[in-house]
Amino acid sequence: MMSRSLAQSFGFISLGVIAMIVVMPILLVVGTIVARGISAINWEFISSMPHGGMREGGILPAIVGTLLLTLGTALVAVPIGVGGAIYLSEYARDTRLTRAIRLAIVNLAGIPSIVYGLFGLGMFVLFFRFGTSILAGSLTLAIMTLPVIISTAEEALRAVPQEFRTVSASLGGSRWQAVQNIVLPQALPGIITGIILGLLRAAGETAPILFTVAAFYLPRLPTSPLDQTMALPYHLYVISTQVPGMPTSIQYGTALVLLALVLSLNIVATVIRSHFRRRRQW
Amino acid sequence: MMGIARARANHLRPAGGESRRPATAAGEFVIEALIRVLGFSTVGFVVLIFIFLLREGLPVFVEVPLHGIFSTLWYPTFKLFGTLPLILGSILVTVASIVIALPLGVATAVFVREVAPRWAREILKPVIEVLAGIPSVVLGFFGMAYVAPMVRELLGAPTGLTAFSGALLLAYMALPTIISVAEDALDSVPRSYRDAGLAMGATRWQTIWRVVVPAGKSGILTAVMLGMGRAIGETMAVMMVTGNAAVMPTSLSFLFKPVRTMTATIAAEMGEVARGSTHYHALFGIGIILFMLTFLINLAAAKAIFQKKRRGGLR
Amino acid sequence: MVETNNLSQTPLRVLTPLRQGQGRPPREGAIPKVRIQGLSYWYSGKASLEGVTMDIPDKAVTVLFGPAGGGKTTLMRLINRLNDMVEDTHMTGRILLDGDDIYAPDVDVLHLRRRVGMVFALPLPLPGTICDNVLYGPRLAGERDATTLSEVVERSLRQAALWTEVKDRLDAPALSLSGGQQQRLCIARSLALEPEVLLLDEPTSGLDPISTAKVEESLFELRERYAVVIVPHSVQQAARVADYAAFFLAGEMVERGNGPQVFTSPRDKRTEDYVTGRFG
Repeated sequence: MMSRSLAQSFGFISLGVIAMIVVMPILLVVGTIVARGISAINWEFISSMPHGGMREGGILPAIVGTLLLTLGTALVAVPIGVGGAIYLSEYARDTRLTRAIRLAIVNLAGIPSIVYGLFGLGMFVLFFRFGTSILAGSLTLAIMTLPVIISTAEEALRAVPQEFRTVSASLGGSRWQAVQNIVLPQALPGIITGIILGLLRAAGETAPILFTVAAFYLPRLPTSPLDQTMALPYHLYVISTQVPGMPTSIQYGTALVLLALVLSLNIVATVIRSHFRRRRQW
Repeated sequence: MMGIARARANHLRPAGGESRRPATAAGEFVIEALIRVLGFSTVGFVVLIFIFLLREGLPVFVEVPLHGIFSTLWYPTFKLFGTLPLILGSILVTVASIVIALPLGVATAVFVREVAPRWAREILKPVIEVLAGIPSVVLGFFGMAYVAPMVRELLGAPTGLTAFSGALLLAYMALPTIISVAEDALDSVPRSYRDAGLAMGATRWQTIWRVVVPAGKSGILTAVMLGMGRAIGETMAVMMVTGNAAVMPTSLSFLFKPVRTMTATIAAEMGEVARGSTHYHALFGIGIILFMLTFLINLAAAKAIFQKKRRGGLR
Repeated sequence: MVETNNLSQTPLRVLTPLRQGQGRPPREGAIPKVRIQGLSYWYSGKASLEGVTMDIPDKAVTVLFGPAGGGKTTLMRLINRLNDMVEDTHMTGRILLDGDDIYAPDVDVLHLRRRVGMVFALPLPLPGTICDNVLYGPRLAGERDATTLSEVVERSLRQAALWTEVKDRLDAPALSLSGGQQQRLCIARSLALEPEVLLLDEPTSGLDPISTAKVEESLFELRERYAVVIVPHSVQQAARVADYAAFFLAGEMVERGNGPQVFTSPRDKRTEDYVTGRFG
């Protein structure tokens, strides 16, 4: 019969082991992709067009496409998201409408990415006749990113102490003046962190762009928002499932580029968050 | 020097030039109206999504009789649109992934919150955040390259592209959500519970499993629901490792055979479908089913969270 | 000045020397700056003020004192309409500023709040420099001229008895000041708008005695130009600064009058009990 403290030590250790079971594969994934993909990374890879049925050459159009899509997403999702967050944090009262808005946000957050793809196809590609285009893809990704931005931005705004608003009002300031001069600037680091986190998610998504923008093989750069484009996530999917005889180094190299993009944005967001947390003025 | 406000004016409605110029007041009105509109937009988007899904998906319920839609054969080329194999495939993979992820996630959450020394926490948290950031297509790629062959060898099966491989990947993708919500649930258990347990002579281990975790049960349940919602909606990773065979998973052994999920079906087949054909409508119909499923799951989870907040539990 | 009162058993008294000119009567025929008439106020169904009627004279210090929950802070927040933002409330009665009802429908609330300034219990500097804090109100009101602004900074900081301590570091962050200095900064901030009424809600409750003395000192300058209303954080402070005093108990204004008189020979037994420390 094990003594209780022995049982406890055993228990704690097994928890630790389980935590390792969680952690090791993550490191394995990242490590493998880095190790096996790094050989493919060179300037040519990043800066030139694919050729030879994509078995040779670079992935420039995919990189550019992803960057453009991310930019487009930001242009739409940021104003709507931050505006919505300001409404919820500063203006909304606890009415049924407000609760409906919050429910809507929770639901938008839970909708599968492929359903967003269907929606984008139905509304932007077909109904608005944008065709498969950067425009359609960005709009679809933007709506998908909206809940993340609204939630984190609202949290950042609410974290600003209520006293600031009270003081501003007692000095003859209107609600918008308080937001503009005090609340928004103080919440900005948190808002920016949320935006970056949302955007990095959008950059890595494949399903929403499958039917709305992604091109299989387009060895030139897009010239207008109505153009199709390649994109990194879709490209990775294609070259790992649809192209026979694809050199694995290119597959890993593409995965590495995508992973590096996403992880570096993650690091930027984390750095911003911790840096400004230390410099808070309350 | 009375540029500001007033010279001891004795009225509350300022004369012209005394308070802010009316132009800014009007500009402010526009801004506030705009903000209100943006606030309501989310409701508008949910409605829009539903409308467009219906628009393209409803025809299938007209063109295919209901018993056909829920039959057991999905062979679009033969005009057979039975969605049951797909629904059951999704459910199989999702449930299996939760079975894997729940103990892992709760144990990790307990470890991080209650047991781990500071240095371990400082390593664990960033790594879990990294996991949350890995795109699903990258995980799917890794799954194809490593996990599937490993499963195949371990089981001596003809292929490693099975429901189980998908469940494994999905479990890891759901882990950050489950861990984070479970951590919150453990956090919200009042300190007095732990103190009471220890004061009665229980070890920390016993206190954790007999007092704290049961107290956080509802939060953990919420974590499960959110994790399920995430798993059932996942597309790329499952598409790349589950083998995509639309067969009816009638027994547990199908865990180690290829299956097909609803999400993978839409993603794989939409590209080759003629607009306006029954197949096209059927795929949108599956989208409607997915939308409603995740709607219900998230509704339940949100209700649980709001209730908890109102009772003062979860912060 | 120690007096015993026939009503009390123990000669426990607040020992405070009177200030020069404290408790002087208002000028003949002057309209009170703020008049409160029959004011009752309910919050979430519970009455926090009942039938309050009193005048607040100009160029004097009026003290609202009493135990916690008496409605003093609520009353002040009604005078500058800061309670507008609170939901589920109901009010009857009127508050007049220079004879105008401040709750009339066409009143510009923002303008009102520039005429009635408020200082809160804890020092609450806004993010930014000392200069930013003082000029926050004027800038919101649209003042842009640099000369005017720098004059405003100096004047306000002088009136708040802070100028000499900070005049060389106006661009320092406001948080670099001590607690007492921050509170005087908040006073300067309110003064920058040249209000007519200044409401102070326990302004020295978080401060050490020296800072407290400095703030009370500045009050004696301020009452030369403004109608000052203050909720003190102790009876002693109330007695030190009051020209006029009103005692509040559970939402009811029990007694008011000339400062020294209320504290040394109150008319109502409840006032006396509180002032002598029998409860509170």
